[in-house]
Amino acid sequence: MPETPPAPSPDPPQGPPGPPYADPSDPNATITPGDGGAMTLATSDAATLENGPLPGGTGSGKARSLWSDAWHDLRRNPVFLVSALVIVFLLLIAIWPGLVASGNPLSCDLARAQDGPAPGHPFGFDTQGCDVYTRTVHGARASITVGVCATAGAALLGSVLGGLAGFYGGWWDALLSRLADIFFGIPIILGGLVFLSVVPSGSVWPVVGFIVLLGWPQISRIARGAVVGAKQHDYVQAARALGAGDARLLLRHIAPNAVAPVIVVATIALGTYIALEATLSFVGVGLRPPTVSWGIDISNASIQIRNAPHMLLWPAGALSVTVLAFIMLGDAVRDALDPKLR
Amino acid sequence: MGRYVIRRLLQMIPVFIGSTFLIFLMVYALGDPIAALFGDKAPDPATAARIRQELYLDKPLWLQYAHYMGQILTGDFGVAFNGQEVTELMADAFPVTVRLTLVAILFEIVIGVTLGLLSGLRRGRSLDTGVLLLTLIVVSVPTFVSGYVLQYLIGVKWAAVSPSVSPEAPFGELLLPGVVLALTSLAYVTRLTRTSIAENSRADYLRTAVAKGLPRHRVITRHLLRNSLIPVVTFIGTDIGALMGGAIVTERIFNIHGVGFQLYQGILRQNSPTVVGFVTILVIVFLMANLLVDLLYAVLDPRIRYA
Amino acid sequence: MTNTLLDVRDLRVEFRTRDGVAKAVNGVSYSVDAGETLAVLGESGSGKSVTAQAVMGILDSPPGRVTGGEVLFRGRDLLTMGAEDRRRIRGAKLAMIFQDALSALNPVMTVGAQLGEMYEVHEGMTRKDARARAVGLMDRVRIPAAAQRAGDYPHQFSGGMRQRIMIAMALALEPDLIIADEPTTALDVTVQAQVMDLLAELRNEYDMGLILITHDLGVVADVADRIAVMYAGRIVETAPVRELYAAPAHPYTKGLLESIPRLDRKGRELYAIKGMPPSLTAVPPGCPFNPRCPLARDVCRTDRPPLYDVAPGRGSACHFWKETLGEG
Repeated sequence: MPETPPAPSPDPPQGPPGPPYADPSDPNATITPGDGGAMTLATSDAATLENGPLPGGTGSGKARSLWSDAWHDLRRNPVFLVSALVIVFLLLIAIWPGLVASGNPLSCDLARAQDGPAPGHPFGFDTQGCDVYTRTVHGARASITVGVCATAGAALLGSVLGGLAGFYGGWWDALLSRLADIFFGIPIILGGLVFLSVVPSGSVWPVVGFIVLLGWPQISRIARGAVVGAKQHDYVQAARALGAGDARLLLRHIAPNAVAPVIVVATIALGTYIALEATLSFVGVGLRPPTVSWGIDISNASIQIRNAPHMLLWPAGALSVTVLAFIMLGDAVRDALDPKLR
Repeated sequence: MGRYVIRRLLQMIPVFIGSTFLIFLMVYALGDPIAALFGDKAPDPATAARIRQELYLDKPLWLQYAHYMGQILTGDFGVAFNGQEVTELMADAFPVTVRLTLVAILFEIVIGVTLGLLSGLRRGRSLDTGVLLLTLIVVSVPTFVSGYVLQYLIGVKWAAVSPSVSPEAPFGELLLPGVVLALTSLAYVTRLTRTSIAENSRADYLRTAVAKGLPRHRVITRHLLRNSLIPVVTFIGTDIGALMGGAIVTERIFNIHGVGFQLYQGILRQNSPTVVGFVTILVIVFLMANLLVDLLYAVLDPRIRYA
Repeated sequence: MTNTLLDVRDLRVEFRTRDGVAKAVNGVSYSVDAGETLAVLGESGSGKSVTAQAVMGILDSPPGRVTGGEVLFRGRDLLTMGAEDRRRIRGAKLAMIFQDALSALNPVMTVGAQLGEMYEVHEGMTRKDARARAVGLMDRVRIPAAAQRAGDYPHQFSGGMRQRIMIAMALALEPDLIIADEPTTALDVTVQAQVMDLLAELRNEYDMGLILITHDLGVVADVADRIAVMYAGRIVETAPVRELYAAPAHPYTKGLLESIPRLDRKGRELYAIKGMPPSLTAVPPGCPFNPRCPLARDVCRTDRPPLYDVAPGRGSACHFWKETLGEG
């Protein structure tokens, strides 16, 4: 609407108005995460979601229409469609790599090491003479497993802890904030190097565990902010006045309205976690052979980049497309859920 | 203002202790420093016990930590795997990484803010869409991929710059590594500036500035940029710490002997003093950068200053 | 005609929204003479603020766009004028006061700097001289201890004081015409009166034209000379203020007047206009007010009423204005 309704607010006190960015008087808000990269992008983008008028702010009935509105938007958004298609494809080949690559990623022929594309081997061979195409396809499983499991873990842990902290406030909130600060104080790749170098196993689970350990504070901060925002809405106060219990308030009234920013951040985080796993594998502390991983393959190929760039470019391309797909999906979902952009 | 600084400093103490303790825990509790010290050889039990006692390893973990921190606070960071003092390694490594970080930050400011301003002012147009897409792609390509690709293209194929950095690491050789290190943050600064500009350009006070009859360049520089850059400046501030810690990958690609390189060596050889020492300094740098940002925030935004 | 400051003719503004094109202003015409106060009255969404923004040249575009009409300021059409010429007029000859001074003032600049900027830009003064003038201005709008407070930031002032600063800013170059967009809406009732009085006093002193945009009939009565009532992007009635209050010639105006609580009607049910203002993307055919109008007949649903001449200087866009007047 071209005209905004006149705000009937009386003369406000001299306090600062809500600035468009995070409230700096809150020490939590000013410490940004240690990786300085894509994850920060995710959180602060979602912060605009949580600071803004919360989507569908007047009750669970409207929340439903927010989601259906968002879905209506998404279905017509080419960015969403493309990234969703890519993700569906990635999920399929992660579960059944044989669908598109029938070979065995571990059967290699040293005689063909670093060879270029050949019939039946469209991406050529790597330093060990393994088929790059097969390995690239099979590498999806490790990346997707780490991404999905780490995101699920971090999102669950983060939103429960953050949500409760936001809802109850008090010492628990203060403790959690300090705890989150501690985790933010550790640059993420550094922490990964230290933590994972002492773990002997090279499977996906230590990596997932580590990412959950350092990833949950991010989500908890978003969840906390969203819950604090939702808690202040009149309908929540009204429900409380009508005698709704804490559990009912949280689950029926607050959670549906606080979940949007968490979903957006989690989607984008999924992409960055995949990149993180590859980076850790690249520096040699993440996944280790015989697990097939893009990070490992890129690391092995990097030495020979001058002679056989194809060995690096294919897995690197696959990795980048995967990360991009999740980040774009998160971006599209955020646009659809952010009423301010409409 | 003074009270504010003190309060923030006090708040940092538990965070500092927590972060360093966490790292300490990982290095000392999960690995075996004695075994690492002797490498593949089986340690002589008596020597092992003596070292254990010297390093407080027979004491509870918190005492070990307290002992270690006490040493650090008196300037004793211990000895690295090659017998060098860790402080010596630091004196060599930190200037290099600081230079690299400076180059990266410079790129972030110049390119990130410019791109963000341009696309924020042309919200919804093709330039804006292009920049947004580009930032997404840059964010999606992990640093170690873009690093190798850029090194290959610019350093090897076109031979425009030297593909690796000499031990002295002069600024000129750090340009390409600086770009690689900055890339993700650069994309972020661009997006942040764009969002901030786009948001502020719809603000009421900007409409007032136009209604006052100010020329466009004055509206943009005095009113729009001044307000929009507040979150950007704070981000770049916090990024200093993050960049220094995140330089491991970049330093490895370009063979730069900085903090990341030393840390990596320390971890490979399981040399705890090197790892914990460097990490402690990085955590301090990170926390100090955060404090600086808080203060900067107060300077830039009067609403905070008087709150 | 010689002293006509502003003459808006058949102005049309559209907004492109997700739901289609919203015709926010649909052929609005009004004029203001020097020293005259025109009140533009209407609900939110009636197009009253958008009209003002189009006149000032500060429409948000996109999505807003002026699609037709003329805005003659001292005989020159602002809409076809070069951007630079128009900028020189903005602020200097034609100034605007906004509703919410807290958000309309730059939060990170001192008020002294924001006021002084007017002189620096339009009169090429040095910063120091401009600052001195700014303090004078603040004195003029009766801000206590102006010299000290010029170094303060907007959030350090109370709402009433902030609105005085807005007024000072508009007044800085003694413009010919000030457009005040709901200048008192965001203020406490007691402060509202003070600010309104100040505005009226300054208008008289400088012999300025004033366009007062409001949804509050109470504010209008004391200050305005003439009223234009807007509904769904159109002017539905225009009249000298006393005549309009005495006998409205449009059912909408009538409804507005009757929905004000009055002591002499205490105990009776308060009148309320039924229904909601129409969506600007789907204005009903015929008279836009017909779905809510107690007098609506078939012709109102098919034929759009022109602005009928009711009396000299009076117009009503109602097919049944005579009936409305007679009843009133």
